[in-house]
Amino acid sequence: MPLSTRHLLGLNGVPREDLQLILDTARTFREVLERPIKKVPTLQGKTIVNLFYEDSTRTRISFELAQKRLSADTINFSTSTSSVKKGETFKDTVRNIEAMKVDMIVVRHKSAGVPQYLTKISRANIINAGDGVHEHPTQGLLDMYSINERIGKLDGLKVCIVGDVAHSRVALSNIYGLKTMGAKVSVCGPSTMIPVGIESLGVKVYHKIEDALRENDVLNVLRIQLERDAGKRIPSVREYHNYFGVTTERIEKYNKDILILHPGPINRGVELSSEAADGPYQVILEQVTNGVAVRMAVLYLLGTMH
Amino acid sequence: MHVHLREPGREDEETVETGCNAAAAGGFTGVACMPNTNPDIDSAEVVRFIKEKAAKHLVDVYPVAAATLARKGEAISPMLELYEAGAVGFSDDGVAIKSAGILRNVLEYSKMIDAPVIEHCEDESLAGGAMNESFTSTILGLPGIPNVAEDLIVIRDIMMAEFTDGRVHIAHISSKNAVDLVRQAKKKGIKVTAEVAPHHFTLTDDMLKTFDTNYKMNPPLRTRDDVDAMIEGLKDGTIDCIASDHAPHSIEEKEMEFIYAPNGILGLETQIGLAISELVKKKHLTLEQLVEKFAVNPRRILKLPVPKIQVGEHANFTIFDPELIWTVEAAKFKSKSKNAPYDKRLLTGKAVAVINKKKMFVDDKMMEI
Ligand SMILES: [Zn+2]
Repeated sequence: MPLSTRHLLGLNGVPREDLQLILDTARTFREVLERPIKKVPTLQGKTIVNLFYEDSTRTRISFELAQKRLSADTINFSTSTSSVKKGETFKDTVRNIEAMKVDMIVVRHKSAGVPQYLTKISRANIINAGDGVHEHPTQGLLDMYSINERIGKLDGLKVCIVGDVAHSRVALSNIYGLKTMGAKVSVCGPSTMIPVGIESLGVKVYHKIEDALRENDVLNVLRIQLERDAGKRIPSVREYHNYFGVTTERIEKYNKDILILHPGPINRGVELSSEAADGPYQVILEQVTNGVAVRMAVLYLLGTMH
Repeated sequence: MHVHLREPGREDEETVETGCNAAAAGGFTGVACMPNTNPDIDSAEVVRFIKEKAAKHLVDVYPVAAATLARKGEAISPMLELYEAGAVGFSDDGVAIKSAGILRNVLEYSKMIDAPVIEHCEDESLAGGAMNESFTSTILGLPGIPNVAEDLIVIRDIMMAEFTDGRVHIAHISSKNAVDLVRQAKKKGIKVTAEVAPHHFTLTDDMLKTFDTNYKMNPPLRTRDDVDAMIEGLKDGTIDCIASDHAPHSIEEKEMEFIYAPNGILGLETQIGLAISELVKKKHLTLEQLVEKFAVNPRRILKLPVPKIQVGEHANFTIFDPELIWTVEAAKFKSKSKNAPYDKRLLTGKAVAVINKKKMFVDDKMMEI
């Protein structure tokens, strides 16, 4: 059974069957990653371009590795300057890439909507690797995979996303994906970091980390992105840590059964205490491995569609 | 009222001539053009340059000059000289006049010639978004511009108009609260008027879900509540005019990543159709009221003579068919640009001919009469 869509632009509106198929396929690839020879010939002859308009070494490496494991030919196109500043427009760049007969484009961009726009100007399968603070579907999927692997289910689980939800590209994908799979999703953070009308998505809002810990099974702790102006929305990193930081102390006091996720890279001592980041409650490094498997699954399912 | 002719500076997007052609095709015999050209309309030379370019055209062009030099909000422009050269109002459009201090001087100075100060109302510290701030912007992950960015400058300007007894005209009003503020101010007798652009009484920010940059403009498309407030404001006279905010942009510029694409859409050739379809056919306004909003009130605000249709007067009028059903075809626009979200939309009501300066534009042709 194939996916119902030929692009992965986001998790909004993606049916449960598709999510399940991706997660199941990822499990197979997760096993492949444990073998001595971690390569399968599934996408031999396919050409994939990683079009990264915004710096994100981690996501790019994860995609690249997934492509190599599937034996696809990979081209990296990275630029951190916007097309506005460069001579060539985004459209021209894409036209050029298109002329090289590529099968899939993995795109990361500062502007929301770029993956949607790509589907209009390219014939390739498009995979969104993060568009502004809109969606980052493979991150959402790998978070779901990691939770499911640890706890054994998603249905009925309570998951809280903690941090700068308004300026996170991870939050919406998590909310859509988890809700479709039957989980209850909430968010927690200072009110300057909670987006307008998020409750309308059926999401509970916490402003106390203690409550969030007590009432949930999983915390997905987001990185406080000081490089993205997070400093304007909180008085100081110290105050953030004091009131919203996830520490071993708090975990032990409020919920010893909690599972902690973090998309990385971690600001130790800000959103997570160093002890909590390395402690027994988290799956942070597993998430990285699972990320490769999930991306292999997505690339495989889209790349072998007819 | 409120068109961007792009000349001088961006003749690839529009020129005085193509803009005037678009105006004529859309049913207008006069347009007031905004000063954010390159160079800005902040010297008498630029005012005269534009007037000369338009001299032979059927359409009268009335430049709105910059209120401050280079619209920087630092030094007031030579308003007396600009006025003498033919400017009809003053604006830093694109942005609001930077501070209450400089606005005070602009209002007091412009009082000498009783010219309106036309304000693009947007608080600088809340600006910079790519769409309206709402649940929709949350869902789309796009940075938002909240209504209050507009409301703040509207209230500041109203208070400054009251304080200086100067004349403020609120450009492209789009927020519900802003309409309420203007309504109250008018009741108090403060000299404030307002215009609304057709897209703000016809479209909501839901349209952005396709990420089509032809729905990107500033002020942004707002919510249903705001759209209803615009219609209410037009009905009770709070909003005096309908102004196109005709903002041509090249295809290359609009076909861009959403956050980088420029703001603005075309308006001249669709606004009569939109207004008849959405306001007259839905019984919000009568045809007579519509003529007031398009032709009479703008001229009153800009202190221009209102043409009369009688023996001995120069013929200056538009013939339109309020029942004509037609399909918008952006490709056929007279405007040099094609950035219109209304492409292929079915509209009721269209200008058939315009007559002015012994010229007539009819059936896509300009002729002497
Ligand atoms: Zn403006």
